[in-house]
Formats: sequence, structure tokens, C-alpha cells
Amino acid sequence: MAIEVELKHIHKNFGTFKASDDVNLTVEKGKLIGLLGPSGSGKTTILRMIAGLEHPDSGDIFIAGKRVNDLPAGRRGIGFVFQNYALFRHMTVRENIAFGLKVQKVPPKEIKARVDKLVELIGLAEFDGRYPQQLSGGQRQRVAFARALAPEPELLLLDEPFAAIDAKVRKELRQWLRATIHQLGITSIFVTHDQDEAVEVADDIIITNHGHVEQAGPPAAIYQHPETPFVADFIGESVHVPDYTVFKGFSNGAGSHEGILRPEFLEIAADEEEILMPLAAEQGTVKAVYFRGSNVQVAVEVKGQLLHGWRSLEKKPLHEGDKALVLIHRVYSFAGGKTQIIENSAKQEESVVI
Amino acid sequence: MVAVKPHNFRQWGLIGLAAVFLLVMLVLPLILVASEALAKGWQVYLDALNEPFARKALFLTLEATVAAVLGNTVFGLASAWLLTKYDFRGKAFWSSLLDLPFAISPVVAGLLFVILFGRMSPIYPFLRAEHIAIIFAVPGIILATVFVTFPFITRELVPIMEAQGRSEEEAAATMGASGWTIFRRVTLPNIKWALIYGVILCTARALGEFGAVSVVSGHIRGKTNTLPLHIEILYNEYNFTAAFAVASILVILAVVILILRNLVEWRAKRGLRNGN
Repeated sequence: MAIEVELKHIHKNFGTFKASDDVNLTVEKGKLIGLLGPSGSGKTTILRMIAGLEHPDSGDIFIAGKRVNDLPAGRRGIGFVFQNYALFRHMTVRENIAFGLKVQKVPPKEIKARVDKLVELIGLAEFDGRYPQQLSGGQRQRVAFARALAPEPELLLLDEPFAAIDAKVRKELRQWLRATIHQLGITSIFVTHDQDEAVEVADDIIITNHGHVEQAGPPAAIYQHPETPFVADFIGESVHVPDYTVFKGFSNGAGSHEGILRPEFLEIAADEEEILMPLAAEQGTVKAVYFRGSNVQVAVEVKGQLLHGWRSLEKKPLHEGDKALVLIHRVYSFAGGKTQIIENSAKQEESVVI
Repeated sequence: MVAVKPHNFRQWGLIGLAAVFLLVMLVLPLILVASEALAKGWQVYLDALNEPFARKALFLTLEATVAAVLGNTVFGLASAWLLTKYDFRGKAFWSSLLDLPFAISPVVAGLLFVILFGRMSPIYPFLRAEHIAIIFAVPGIILATVFVTFPFITRELVPIMEAQGRSEEEAAATMGASGWTIFRRVTLPNIKWALIYGVILCTARALGEFGAVSVVSGHIRGKTNTLPLHIEILYNEYNFTAAFAVASILVILAVVILILRNLVEWRAKRGLRNGN
């Protein structure tokens, strides 16, 4: 597939802060990419440099095969959706969307036709005479999206597009945005700090940390095969354990014994009847139970280590101080700088015995 | 806000104190100006205003005010734009330097100009050779007025431009708008009311400027006398009726400006509500 965006050895400092520290990434044409990372990891800086709103100290930026470092933002063929939408407050919805076309001296007839199409696309045809202050957050977001699309950019950049919208509308809008972007086939990059959002919306995810790219790939691959401790830790709700060899079934690990445990690697049972392989399980004490709507999160202490797991609401409720059985299915280990998935060996032994 | 009626002695006392203060400090002087100006009848009042030196002083004041407001509007827009849309070294220093005219006594400001452009100045021989008169001439008066009204517009614009941020301008830039288009179509409409408000404040201050102008003017009747200076001269000559008559012009101008100011405030608030 053709490459739409490429960043090579990008460095960018703000004073002594390294916002970009040797960033390299490629984005394929037509893909919807999520730039995911904790705040301060440099993801917005990357987006703004692609747009031309910031300039790298060194390194090259290519859009559609052309080096764009020296091109001003307005000539890079990009559309940008700002975190706070940045709609022109003294212009109506129509005027906002038409702005880019007017600037580019498109004939008024064409402007009208294109704006008509776009207000239809974002479902705001009835509200096209309103000012931004008279719209809800979700509506403003859609206007910002239409405004960025109006000049028909090659590349759409979205900075935290859902951050300022309430939870319910956000879910709908994610689906809508994903569907609309795929329908238009425009290459898009959006920045987010919310992994659920990245996993749900993006075709591919690029994970940033401390100004560099940690890992890039489809959500499932990143989830199942984290390449660095940071990714394993950041994706999912992970718990660090300093020494995983204390647990049953993991006694023969080599080198560093630091590991990461995800909630879905654990099975927490109230008693032996609830669990398939009781002999492979550890004894633990329930420390806290959090109601999470569709299930409960249980914090359980095993051998002095606090672990987190999920538990169905259909099962017998656990309470703080209860004894529980904890079966650890697998652990991520990072011995020698390589990610390894270590399976519980006690599990296999038990199945052999039976 | 809920209007609460005062109900005890202490509250009535405080309100009374404020009312007396207002009466003595603001209302009485205004009444006094009017009554003194008209003490000898309308004819004397009109004659005092029609006197050539008075008319000349009025024109000079208006000239200096228009020049100061125009200059400071351009400068105020530029410096507010710079302070809010860009990051650069020495920004904090620049920002505090802007407030210098607020902090410094106008008389000192006037003296600065005298030293800078007067006979003691190193550039005086050059100015003299080129026949450029600044001190004891109209350019000096305009410079002094510009100096004392310098921060008004910037100070009105900076908070609102800071609150609005840069993203609207950035959005326009990503769509290919030029710097001038961005300013004209995006920034200016957003700061319109603050700008007008700043212009009004600047005008009010420029009309009444006395200290700095007094130092650089030289008090040449019919040439370098502004209205406030003319009033002082009339007063020193014990020509009280004429002094108050001319003073009443400044009072009328002040009232007109106050009305304008309130209109602008009211209009800006309404605009805000309509999302405009």
C-alpha cells in the first residue's frame, strides 16, 4: 500500500523538554490511525508538526511522498480538527464550513453546493444558520470535522477529537466518525490518551512515550504482543509484579523476574467448586471489590502482591476480607529486553494428572 | 444577582456615606462647572467659547487626540497580537514595559521628551538644521499624548485575546488563509468590542491630558495650547467665567464618551448572548 505520511528522525525540544526524541513513523494511505500515549508523551506535537503548526528542530516530514518541512500549514493539503474545535465564534455553521473554500477562491456556486453536502453529511442541515455557542459539544465537533473536510484535504488530523464531549455522545460520535472517515476513504490520524477510544476507532495504533514511538500496529497485535514493558503496562489494566516466580506454576523463570499481569490473565474464584484447576491456583485475600456496571473488579492479595481481576456479576459475590482462589493463567516477562508470554506450568501438570 | 434591600442602620449608614462622597467628589463639581460657566449669562459663555484662542485650543486637543488614538490603535493591536499569539524571549519584559506610562508621572514623561528632543539633546543640531520643531510645537504635544495613552488599547485587548487562544487563527492557517486574512476575518471580529472599548478609554484620557503636554507645549497661545492648558491660563488670569466655560466643553465631551462607553458595553454583552 502507498505511504501517505512519513516521519524520519524527528527531534523537537521545547526548552529543555524533549517533545520528540527521534520519532519515526509511517502511515499508509486510506488508514485511520490512532496516536496513543499518556499526556506529555509528545503525540500532539507529532500531529502539529505534520500539520505545519510546529516545526521540528531536525528530521524530515513527508506527505504523499513530498518533503513538506518548509511548506506552510495552508499548503500541505491537510485538514485539522482542534481539541476545543476552534470554530470561528462570530461565524455561523455555514460560514465556518465555507471559510476554507472562500480563502481558496472557490466560485460561490461550488462553495454553496459543497457546504450543502457537508451540512447534510454531519446531519446539521437545519442548524446551518446557528453560531457555535448555540450548538452542543457533539454538534460543534461535527462542524469542526466538516470545516476541516471542506477544502478536500489529502490528510485529516484530529487532536483529541472526543475529549470535550460527554460519555454517551462520545460513544455515538466515535462510531459515526469511524464510519464517515472510512466512507470518505481519507487518510486520518487522531490523537488520544484513551486506549479504549484508540482500540475502538483506529485501524492501526501508534503508541508514543517520552517523545518516541514505542510500538505501531493493529490494536489486536499491540494488545496481544506488546513489544516493550511500557506498552504492556499502558495497554490494558496491568499490574507490575517485581518477582513472578513466587507464584505457583511460574517457578522456573530465568533472568529478571519482573512481570506484568493483566486482569484477564486472572481467574478469581470464591471456592474450589468454582474453578477448573484448583491445584494450580493460589490462595488469596480479597482487599477490595469495585462495581463496574457490567462486572466487578476484585483486588486480591496473593503472597503480599496486590493483583486485579474481573468477576462476573452472576457469580457469588465476594467481600473485603474473604478468602479467594486465584488462578494466574499467564504473565508477561521482559527478561533480556524481549517480551515473553509465560504460561502457568502447574496448569499443564494438573491436566496431565487428570 | 439578587437585589437585597438595606434594612439596618449600618447598611443605611454605609450607603449614605457613599452617596455623600459621590455628591461631593463628582456631582457638585459638575454642577459648579455648569453654574460658574453660565454665571454671567449665555452670551458671555458663547463668547468665551468663540474666542479664537479657545477654538484653536479645542482643535489642537482634537488633533492630538485623533493622532494618539490612531497611533495607539495600530500599535495596541500589533503589540497585543504579538503578546498573545507568539512566544518570544523577553515577552514578560515587553509586557511590563508597556505599563510604564501608567506608572510614571506624566510630568516626568514630558521632561523625558524635552531631554530627548530639546536643546540639550544630541540630535538637536540635526533637528534644527532640518527645521523640525518637536518641543514647544505640535509634534511634541502629539508625542506626549501618545505616550500617556500608550497602554490603554493593549491592556484592553490582551486579556480577551489570551482567553480566546490561538487555535482559531491556527485553524484558519491550516485552511490556507494569509496572515492579513486571518487578522481581518478571524481575529478582528473576535476582539471588535474590546478594541472599541479601548479606543474610547484612550480618547477620554487623551482629551484631558495635562501634565506631559504642559511640559512640552511651551504654552504659546493659538499655537501650542491644548484645551486643558488654555483653561489653566484663563484661570490664572482670574478669568473664571471663561475658564469654566471652556472647561464645560471637556465635561460635555466626557459625558458623551461615558454614554458611548455604556452603549458599547451593553452592545458587547448582547452580542455575547447572541453568540456573536
